[in-house]
Amino acid sequence: MARSTTTNSKVIVTIGAWLVGFLIFFPILWIFLMSFHTEGDAIKSPFAMLASPWTTEAYQAVQTQNGYGKFFMNSVVISVGSTVLALIIGIPAAWSMAFVPGKKTKDLLMWMLSTKMMPAVGVLIPMYLGFKVTGLLDTRTGLVAIGTLINLPIVIWMLYTYFKEIPGEILEAARMDGASLSSEILYVLTPMALPGIASTLLLNVILSWNEAFWSLQLTTSDAAPLTQFIASFSAPEGLFYAKLSAASTMAIAPILIMGWFSQKQLVRGLTFGAVK
Amino acid sequence: MATQHSRIAARFMVAPSVVLLFLWMIVPLVTTIYFSFLDYKLLVPKPSTWAGFDNYYYFLTDRTFIASILHTLAIVLGVLFITVVGGILLALLMNMPFWGQGIVRVLVIAPFFVMPTVSALVWKNMFMNPVNGMFAHIAKGLGLQPFDFLSQAPLLSIIGIVAWQWLPFATLILLTSLQSLDGEQQEAAEMDGASVLSRFFYLTVPHLTRAVTVVILIQTIFLLAVFAEIFVTTSGGPGTATTTISYLVYIQSLVKYDVGAGSAGGIIAVILANIVAFFAMRMIGKNLDA
Repeated sequence: MARSTTTNSKVIVTIGAWLVGFLIFFPILWIFLMSFHTEGDAIKSPFAMLASPWTTEAYQAVQTQNGYGKFFMNSVVISVGSTVLALIIGIPAAWSMAFVPGKKTKDLLMWMLSTKMMPAVGVLIPMYLGFKVTGLLDTRTGLVAIGTLINLPIVIWMLYTYFKEIPGEILEAARMDGASLSSEILYVLTPMALPGIASTLLLNVILSWNEAFWSLQLTTSDAAPLTQFIASFSAPEGLFYAKLSAASTMAIAPILIMGWFSQKQLVRGLTFGAVK
Repeated sequence: MATQHSRIAARFMVAPSVVLLFLWMIVPLVTTIYFSFLDYKLLVPKPSTWAGFDNYYYFLTDRTFIASILHTLAIVLGVLFITVVGGILLALLMNMPFWGQGIVRVLVIAPFFVMPTVSALVWKNMFMNPVNGMFAHIAKGLGLQPFDFLSQAPLLSIIGIVAWQWLPFATLILLTSLQSLDGEQQEAAEMDGASVLSRFFYLTVPHLTRAVTVVILIQTIFLLAVFAEIFVTTSGGPGTATTTISYLVYIQSLVKYDVGAGSAGGIIAVILANIVAFFAMRMIGKNLDA
């Protein structure tokens, strides 16, 4: 741009932007800092807390007393399991809708999306009773199944918008050269589609990791993921600031890092390709 | 390009997704509708009987129902207002040249990745708690009386917490949209003597309209279903001050174990969400063509 920005105004904008960024990020920073103090120090005034000695006590307590590892593993199994399953079911669907579109493809896509708009409370009772009868209540299997269904429309939509950008001529050329459908998918499509599949995977793992309606309703302890584990700290008798901070820090750190890597895809994925 | 052969193959590839989603959408919903016409209470050991529209009558005339609709609306509109206005301002700020853009961006979008139970409990205990919270410490430091946010202004507090979670989403989308703004057009307008304000209102605002619409629609879908934040902070209280429609259905179903009335409430929630979804789908459908 020809317009020159004076250094002065850049300094002011820099200060302002950093200040706003710091304020928005502050609650996360604060639980991180709090997690390294004892329970007694954690409820002191902010400066007194920071001045008190640092310790990893709370992290050890969360591991040994509360069995953090189990809940973490549940979160991993449920979020990754439901996303991978949704990808296995969704990739063929998105592929065929992107490359062999019919008259009804658009309606079909819109209908799939509309299943996302149904409020969960509308089907809460049948799902709860059904899970109870079939013994799926508080099992990872049950949560993976629900997670897959919740993820599926977003997975198909995201993949569809990515697949749409792959030029169809390349597939046609491969077909002319005598490639079969399976080798066309394996050698031509997959390498081109991989980045899209990867971002779909990433975003859906993030969304399932943070899903907090079904995990709160359908799990109690055995299959409880981190969302449910953290919720158990809401009971007055279970309130320990340092432990809550340590558990929270560990619960959000992996997702925060994944999220930062997927910033760009995030916008696309969450707006169903409407904003790029 | 598609041959008959590939069309048949395509059908087979779409089928599993369609069947699964169809079952997921229809089976539980039909069951809920069926339950909503029954006098069916899990705590009462008698066979369920046909109740006609009694459950709907009970639910709709319950005073908490009207209140819950108002609370839901307050949360949706309050959060939308904060995130859209705040998001535009933040996006404009972050679109200006400054040092460390990447880092600030990372800081600003972070709350979006925090799971709802964590953000709700952290705000409730570490910040809003009237004894040990950060705000209470600040108030005491200034010689003021600490304010008990979640009992004095429960609904506003929840709006604040939820807005913190969604502000990054709005900002990120609006920023992405701003970055695709045509720089040359801006420059041309500037050369023609357009002021900063008129450039903003005649060039930036129209460009942002689409992104703002998308933000509003997508957030509305999620905000109508806000649950965990209320569950771990106020449990719908004090009294029913923060009971939303989702939360009311949950209480009716899984706390009072009144399957009939809970189902009726669920169906009412579905109808309300569908009214919103109708507009949302039309909007997203239009964007699909563009």
